[in-house]
Amino acid sequence: MRLVVVALSLAATAAFADDALDARLKALEGELRCLVCQNQTLAESEAPLAADLRKEVRELAQAGKSDDDIRTYLVARYGDFVLYKPPVKPVTYLLWFGPFLLLAGGVAVWLAVLRRRARMPADEADASTAAAAAANADVARARELLED
Amino acid sequence: MSDTAMPTNPAQPRKTSNVLRWSLPLAVFAIIVAFLFVGLFRDPREVPSPLIGKPVPSFSLAELHRPDQRLTSADMRGHVWLLNVWASWCVSCREEHPLLVALAKANVVPVIGLAYKDDPADGRKWLASNGDPYRASIVDRDGRVGIDFGVYGVPETFVIDKAGIIRYKQIGPLTAEALDTTILPLVRKLQQS
Repeated sequence: MRLVVVALSLAATAAFADDALDARLKALEGELRCLVCQNQTLAESEAPLAADLRKEVRELAQAGKSDDDIRTYLVARYGDFVLYKPPVKPVTYLLWFGPFLLLAGGVAVWLAVLRRRARMPADEADASTAAAAAANADVARARELLED
Repeated sequence: MSDTAMPTNPAQPRKTSNVLRWSLPLAVFAIIVAFLFVGLFRDPREVPSPLIGKPVPSFSLAELHRPDQRLTSADMRGHVWLLNVWASWCVSCREEHPLLVALAKANVVPVIGLAYKDDPADGRKWLASNGDPYRASIVDRDGRVGIDFGVYGVPETFVIDKAGIIRYKQIGPLTAEALDTTILPLVRKLQQS
C-alpha cells in the first residue's frame, strides 16, 4: 500500500514537473518568432522548422538551460529577429524611444500653438472673438430652428 | 520663435512661422514617404544572419555518397569554400542548380552540399538526374546542423574563408547576378588573402 502511494506521488510529481515545463515552454515559445511564417510565434507555427526548433528548445530546457540561455542560443543562430520583444541597444533605440520622441514633438507643437494663441495681437483676437460670436449666433439660430 | 524679440516688427516672425507651418509637416511627410519607399523594395524574408563574421559552427556529418566517411568543419580549413544547403524536396533548389553545375565546371571554388532534412536515397537520385556540382555532400538528416547554421529557408549558400569564418550568406536560390556581383568577387578576394 505504502509502495503504491509512493509510486503514485512520484508519478504525480513527474506529471506536475511536466506540466510546469509545458507551461514554461509555451510562454517562452509564445515570444519567439517562427522564421518561416514570420507573423507567427514558434508556439503557433506548424512549419517543419518551427517543430524542429520547439524540439530543440524543449531539449535545452530539459538539460537545465534557463529561458535566457535558450533565447541566447536562438539569437546566436537567427539574430534578434527571433525575439518578438527586441532588446534595448543602440540600433533599437529609435524603435524603443522613437514613439516617445514623436509624442514629445507633438506636445511641443501643441504648446507652441497654445502660446501663440495666448499672445495673439488684439485685432486678430477680436476677429476670432467675432468669429466665435458669429458661430455662437449660428448655433443659437440652429437650436431655435430645431425647436420650432 | 522670436515673436517677443521683435515686437516692433510683428510681420517678420509671423512670416517665418507661416513657412514653418507648411514646411514642417511636409518634411515629416517626406521622411515617412522615404522610409516607406525604401521599405517597398526590401525583402522581409531576408533576415540578416548574426553568423556573418563568426566561425563556422562545428559539424561532423556522414557523406552522402560514402556514408561511412564523415566530413567535419575542420576538414575545410585553409580553403575558401561555399556551403550550399539544399534538399531534393526543395523546389527552388532546382532553379539555382544549373548555376552550381556551371560553377563546378569552371572550378573556381569548392562547393560542399548539405542535404538538409532529406532522405539520402532521394538526395543521391536527385543529384544523379540533375548533376552533382559538389566537391562533397553531407547529410543533415534531422536538421540539427541546419539550425546551427541558422538555416530557415532552403536553399541557402554560405561563403566561408580560409580561417573558417562565414563571410556571406545568400538566402534563397543563387542568381547569376548574385554570383557575378557579390559572391565570386568576394571569393576571389578571400582566395588572395
